[in-house]
Amino acid sequence: MDASARNLTAEQITELIDLVKKVHGFDFSQYSQASLKRRITRVLMIKKLDFYDLKHALINDAAFFQDFLEEITVNVTEMFRDPLFYKALNTSVVPYLSTYQHIKIWSAGCSTGEEVYSLAIMMQQNNMKDRSFIYGTDVNTRVLKDARKGIYSLRNIKTYAENYQLSGLGGSLTDHFTTLYDAATVHSELKTNILFSVHNLISDTVFNEFELISCRNVFIYFETVLQEKILDLFYNSLSPHGFLCLGSKETIRSEKFKKKFKPVNQKENIYQKIESW
Amino acid sequence: MNPGENISERWRNSNILLLGGSAGAFKTIMAILKILPADLNKPVIIILHRKKNFASDMVPMFHTISRLPVKEISDKQKIEQGIVYLAPANYHVLIEKNGIFGLDVSDAVWFSKPSIDVTFESAADAFADRCTSILLSGANVDGAAGLLKLRQAGSLTIAQDPREAELPEMPQAAVEQNAADYILNAEEIMKLLAE
Repeated sequence: MDASARNLTAEQITELIDLVKKVHGFDFSQYSQASLKRRITRVLMIKKLDFYDLKHALINDAAFFQDFLEEITVNVTEMFRDPLFYKALNTSVVPYLSTYQHIKIWSAGCSTGEEVYSLAIMMQQNNMKDRSFIYGTDVNTRVLKDARKGIYSLRNIKTYAENYQLSGLGGSLTDHFTTLYDAATVHSELKTNILFSVHNLISDTVFNEFELISCRNVFIYFETVLQEKILDLFYNSLSPHGFLCLGSKETIRSEKFKKKFKPVNQKENIYQKIESW
Repeated sequence: MNPGENISERWRNSNILLLGGSAGAFKTIMAILKILPADLNKPVIIILHRKKNFASDMVPMFHTISRLPVKEISDKQKIEQGIVYLAPANYHVLIEKNGIFGLDVSDAVWFSKPSIDVTFESAADAFADRCTSILLSGANVDGAAGLLKLRQAGSLTIAQDPREAELPEMPQAAVEQNAADYILNAEEIMKLLAE
């Protein structure tokens, strides 16, 4: 099949979005279009399908949809991605959180769990792990299975360890892992007070109240209107003066939400909820 | 593309300047930024391969030599003329049809994030024949496929002459894939862009 068969038109993308919404109840209509097109084109290439094959598989093959979902939702993540973000969090937010008796944290769009364990390690380094509880949620059930296992390749751990050194948290990342052959497993005590569960940011609602919500490099896949809808969900899920962390390149642009969140660290996009009376 | 137009006209009539480079391209990009006029009527989008955790030092460096304001790209930023945009480390940069940037953290392409192919291909989708796109020195083949797509969409495409590029693989790949309208050395590129 030549490449042109995989060059989808805007109309074909819209058709696929409608189909997925009707058949599977997932709404991709407010995903960033350029990125979505690239992801769908990638599925066509990997699975060696053309547009009509893809439509057929999406309608008739239930297992295929899980593959599709996994490819469309980007699951690339790192431990201590953007070390300077963790440094900022550790110096300007953790001291504030340390005054609480219980600290609930939500990592939204947690994929295979790297960020959840990074946050757990940060809390442990501050002796606050025992009074913290971290929820990791994702729309994709398969990645959550991996997240619960907490097993990462040794090769990845090596690059994560470089990130960790730059975060200035003290100690060494490998202190928190047991290594066997080419796999590194998160220590079981690190896994306590962590819960991984399915949550769809687009269709699900508030499920708890948090002192800190981290949703990093998820907004980049959403159009502005959808971002605002999710900002509202986060606002309603935060305790008074709770913190919201977005990705280093994800700024709150909406005037409405600039009034609801004040920047704590402008460069790393760490915000604090402003109470409205 | 109007077949009667020469290279200078095509450069002047284009609405976006795209620069892609990897190892060995930094000096050329600096030189280009130095000669671009303060009243340039188009945005400049730079995709330069770099290490992931040593990123933001480059913006102030470009800032000191460019007459145009330099910004690191952030998500959903509007693309405006007369501004130099630099792709952030560890993200792919996509261009949406409504003229805003989108970012993506998915897997590296040709071991590169940002990947030049990713941006060039989405620029071809969004802007079709309105770009001038230049592929500079580099040690892998990222950018060639994207440059070809831009050429097929009618944009002006230029590869740095592989014979003078510090690392020839990248522009060489573009030449081999017939992705470049013109093969120019750095001096010729400067002369064109200074017009």
